[in-house]
Amino acid sequence: MVQDPTRRRFPRSRPISRLLGTAALGLTLSSCSLIEIDSPLTTFKPAGPFAERIDQLFWPVFWIAVVIFVIVQGAILFSVIAFRDRPGRKEPKQTHGNAKLEVTWTVIPALILAGIAIPTVRGVFDLTGCDSGAMTVDVVAHQWWFEFDYPDNGDIQTANVMVIPAGQEVCAVMTSEDVIHSFWVPALNGKRDVVPGHQTLLRLQADQPGEYWAHCAEFCGLSHSLMRGRVQALSQSDFDAWVAGQQEGAPVPAEGTAAWDGLQVYLSKGCTQCHTVDFAANDQGVEDNIVAEPGFNGPNLTHFASRDVFAGAYLPYEGLSYRDALTQWLHNPPGVKPGSFMPNLGLTQKEINDLIAWMETLS
Amino acid sequence: MTATAERPTTTIFRRPDTTSGFWSWITTVDHKKIGIMYGYAAFIFFIIGGMEALMIRIQLAGPNGTFLTAPEYNALFSTHGITMIFLFVMPVSAAFMNYLLPLMIGARDVAFPRMNAVSWWIFFFGALFTYSVIFFGKVVAPLGVEGVAGNVDAADRSLLGGLPDGGWFLYQPNAGPNFTPGHAIDFAMLGLQLLGIASLISAVNFIVTVFNMRAKGMRLLRMPVFVWMTLVVAFLLLFSLPIIAVALFMGTFDRSFGTLFFEAAGGGDPVLWQHLFWLFGHPEVYILILPAMGIVSEVLPVFSRKPLFGYAAIVFAGGGIAFLGFGVWAHHMFSSAITPVAQAAFGLSTMTIAIPTGIKIFNWIGTMWGGRLRFKTPMLFSIGFVAMFVIGGLSGVTHSVVPSDWQQTDTYYIVAHFHYVLFGGAIFGLFSGLYYWFPKLTGRMMNEGLGKTHFWIQLIGFNLTFAPMHWLGLQGMVRRTWRYAPETHFGPWNLAVTIGAFTIALGILIFMFNWTYSKRRGAPSGLDPWDARTIEWTIPNPTPEYNYAEVPTVTGLDHFWHLKYTQDDEGRALRRDDADEIIADLDYRGSHPSSPVHLPSPSYFPILMAMGLPLIAYGIIFHRGLPGKALIVLGALITIGSLLGWGMEPLDPDPPAGDGGDQMELAGAHG
Repeated sequence: MVQDPTRRRFPRSRPISRLLGTAALGLTLSSCSLIEIDSPLTTFKPAGPFAERIDQLFWPVFWIAVVIFVIVQGAILFSVIAFRDRPGRKEPKQTHGNAKLEVTWTVIPALILAGIAIPTVRGVFDLTGCDSGAMTVDVVAHQWWFEFDYPDNGDIQTANVMVIPAGQEVCAVMTSEDVIHSFWVPALNGKRDVVPGHQTLLRLQADQPGEYWAHCAEFCGLSHSLMRGRVQALSQSDFDAWVAGQQEGAPVPAEGTAAWDGLQVYLSKGCTQCHTVDFAANDQGVEDNIVAEPGFNGPNLTHFASRDVFAGAYLPYEGLSYRDALTQWLHNPPGVKPGSFMPNLGLTQKEINDLIAWMETLS
Repeated sequence: MTATAERPTTTIFRRPDTTSGFWSWITTVDHKKIGIMYGYAAFIFFIIGGMEALMIRIQLAGPNGTFLTAPEYNALFSTHGITMIFLFVMPVSAAFMNYLLPLMIGARDVAFPRMNAVSWWIFFFGALFTYSVIFFGKVVAPLGVEGVAGNVDAADRSLLGGLPDGGWFLYQPNAGPNFTPGHAIDFAMLGLQLLGIASLISAVNFIVTVFNMRAKGMRLLRMPVFVWMTLVVAFLLLFSLPIIAVALFMGTFDRSFGTLFFEAAGGGDPVLWQHLFWLFGHPEVYILILPAMGIVSEVLPVFSRKPLFGYAAIVFAGGGIAFLGFGVWAHHMFSSAITPVAQAAFGLSTMTIAIPTGIKIFNWIGTMWGGRLRFKTPMLFSIGFVAMFVIGGLSGVTHSVVPSDWQQTDTYYIVAHFHYVLFGGAIFGLFSGLYYWFPKLTGRMMNEGLGKTHFWIQLIGFNLTFAPMHWLGLQGMVRRTWRYAPETHFGPWNLAVTIGAFTIALGILIFMFNWTYSKRRGAPSGLDPWDARTIEWTIPNPTPEYNYAEVPTVTGLDHFWHLKYTQDDEGRALRRDDADEIIADLDYRGSHPSSPVHLPSPSYFPILMAMGLPLIAYGIIFHRGLPGKALIVLGALITIGSLLGWGMEPLDPDPPAGDGGDQMELAGAHG
C-alpha cells in the first residue's frame, strides 16, 4: 500500500511537551557541562602523593556507599510498588521480625566497616608527621591572611603565596597569631587547623610545577570567606632562583619619580607600623623597616610585586583587574575586607597612584 | 460550684483554677497545653530560621554576592543554626514528647506537671532573651592580639549584623572577648544556658514519668517506640547538657570576668572548648534525630498494617546509638590539633554507629515489606524520612574515613550531610507526626490533597537544595563563606540550591495553610481515623482534658490493635466483628467519665520563676553597671521567691465545702 506522502511520519507533539522536552534536554546537557568543570579548589584532581592517597581512600568507599544506596532505595521502591494497597489485597501477615535477618544485617555492615577501617587507620598514620628530609615552611595564620616563612632558606618572609619546589615534600609547620584558622590546599592534601598556642603539621607535595589554590577552612571572623591562598610549585631551578631573588632587598626608587613619591607615602602614613620592607643598600638614607612585634604584623611587602595575589589572596578576582583591585584596596581596606586591621587612611587618588607605582618595583 | 463554708487560710496565695481562656494557658500545667505551646513557638522559630536561610541563599546565589554584608552573613548563618537546632527541632520534639508521652503510657499527666510548665516557660523566655540581642548587639571589629583593633566600614554596620556571629558552635577564641567583643555572643551563650536548663528539667521529668506513671500492664517492652526514644533522649540530655553548661560558664567567664580558659597566651587552650562543645554536640545530634525516628516507628506500622519489624532490635539500637554517641565527639575535630591516635580511635568509634543505624533502617523497610501500604500523607513523610536519612547516613560513613574527612570537613559536603539527616530525616519525620497526630489535637483531619502536594514539593525542593552541596563541597566550597570567587564556577549549582530553598518555602506555606484551614474546617476524624495500633488512639479526639476517663489495663504491645484484630490461620490480620462497637464504646466511655477526674491544679509559679532567670542573664551581661547588678539580684529574688511559693502553695484551689460532690481524690500526679 502506498503511503500518503502528506501523512506525517511522527504524530504532532503538543507544544507543552515539546517545551518540557527541550527544557529537560537543555537541563541535562548543561548539567553535564557543570559536572565537567572542576573548580581550582577541587578535591577531584589530586596533584601530589598525599592528596592522591586520600583520593584512593575516598573512591572505593564512595562506590560501596553507592551500592548500599541502590540496595536500600531499591528495597524501598520495591516495597512501595509491590505492597501498595490495591482493591482485593489481603491483610498482611503480622510478622514481628526475623532473628536471622537481624543477625545478617548486623554482621554484614560490621564486616564492611571493618574492611573500611583498616585502610583508614593506615592512612591516618601514613599521612601524619612530616618526613625528616622535608623542607620546612612556617605557616603563621592571621586574620585574614597566611604568612609563609622559610627558615631553611635564609630569612624569607612572604604572604599569601607559598612557593615550593615541585616533586619534593614540604612540611608546613603551622601556628596562629590570633584565632583558629585552617590551611587547606585541596590539590595537595587534606586540611589541618592552625591553632593559637599549638603547632600543627601538614605534609605538602606537588608532583608537577603549577599553581594550586588554598582557602582558610575554619571560621575565623568577619573576613573568613576572603582568606585564601596559593601554593606555587616551581621546578628546582626556578625555585632556587626564587629563593635568591627573595634574599635581595627592595630597590629604592630614584628621587622625583612617582615611585619615590609612593615610597614617601608608605613611610609617612603609618604603614611602617605593621608592614615590613627590607631595602637594598642605598645612599638615599632609606633604612630597612622591619616590624618585630607579631601583634602588629601585616604582610612583608619586600617582594609584593612577585606575587600575583594580595589581600589574603582575595584580590584580584575574575572581572577585576590587578590595578583596579589594588586601588580599591588602598582606598578603603575595611570596605573590601570587613574587619580589616589595615585601616582606611584617607589616601588621595594621587597618593594611591604613587603608592602603586612604588609597589610595582617590589618584585 | 459555690463554696459556702469557710475556706481554710493556710497560705497567702490562692491557687488558680481556670481551665479555659488566656489565663488558663499562662497558668497551665497540663502536658497537652504545654505541648501545644511548645509546638507553635517552635514553628514560629522554624519560619524565622527559614527566612535566615533564604537570605543566606540569596547572598550565595552568585559569586561575590552583595545582598548581605559580611557581618550580616556571619550573623545569619550563626542564628540559622542556633534557631533551627535549639529553637525549632528540640522544642518541636518536646511538643510531641509532652503531648504524647502520657497518652502513650496511659497516664493523665507527667510526673511533675509544674516542672513541665517551668521547662516550657524557661524555654520561651530564654528564646526571647536570645533574640532580644538584636536590641543590644552591634557590628564589632576584633580587638586583636595586642589591642590593635580591626576596622569596620560604616557601610557594614547594620541591625542584622549585630546578631551573634560566632557560628552556632562558638569556637574560641574567635567567639571570645578579644575577637568578638560586645554583647552579641554573651546573649548566645547565656541564652543557650537558659535553654539547656529548660531541657534538663524536662529530661528529669520524662525519665520519672516513664518509669513511674505507666498504666497497669504497660511493661517497658510494651511501650511504643516513640516512648522509648523519648526516654533515651532524656538520658542523652541528662548527661550531655551539663557538659555544655560548664563550657558556656567558662566561655561567659572568659568574656565577662577575665578568666583565660580558652586563651592560649594565658595558658588556656582553644581546643578545650572544641572538646567540651562536641562532647555535648554529638549526643545533641542524636537528641535531634531520635524523636523523629520514634515517630517513624509509629507511623510505618499503622500504614503498612503490620507490626513494627524487629521492635526489640529497634529499641536496643536506639539505646545503642545513644550510648555509642558519647564516644565519637572528636570526629568533629579530625582536622583539629589532636593526635593521630585520637583520630584513628574516633574514626573507628564513628564507624560503629553505622551498625545500629543500619539495623533501624532495615527494620523499617522490613515493616513495609509484605504489608498493605496506604500512602496517606503521614506515611509519605515517613517513607521520605527513611529514603533521605539513608543518604545522610551514607555520607556520614564517608566522613568516618578520617583522611577523606580531612578533605570533606568544613566544606559544603558536611553541610549536605547534616541537612540530609536533620531535614530529610528529622524534619520529614516531624511532619509525618504532625499530619498523623493532628486529629488527636483537633478532632479533625488535615486535607490529604494539600498534604500530598506539600510532601512532593518539599521532597523535590529539599533534594534540589541539598544534593548539589555534596558536589560543591568536594569541589572545594568551604563552609561559613559569605562569598566565593567567580573562578570557582560554584555559581550555577548555588543558584540551583537557592531555587530549591524557595521551593521548600513554598511547601511550608502550603502546610501552614492546610493546618490553619483544617483546624476549623477539616473533616471530623472520629476516634480512630488511621486504624491505629497504640493506646493514645483509644480515647476521643480531640483529647479530653483528663486524657483517660478510665486508665486502661494494657495486655501487650500494640494493645489497641489487638482489641480490634485477631489473626487468621495464615497469620494475617482479621478484624473482629465487634471492632466498630468497641471503638464506639471507647468513644462514648472516653467522653463520659463515670466519676469526676481530679487533675493537677494550675499554678502561677512556673511562669514567674521562668521570668527570673533571664533577668539574671541580662544582669550578667550588663554587670559592670549598677542596673546590671540590680537585675541579678532582682532575678535571683524572683526565682527563689517563686520556688518558695511553689513549695508552699496549696495543692488545690479552694478545697470543697459540704458534700464535696464535684471532686474526688485520685491517686496520681500532684505537683
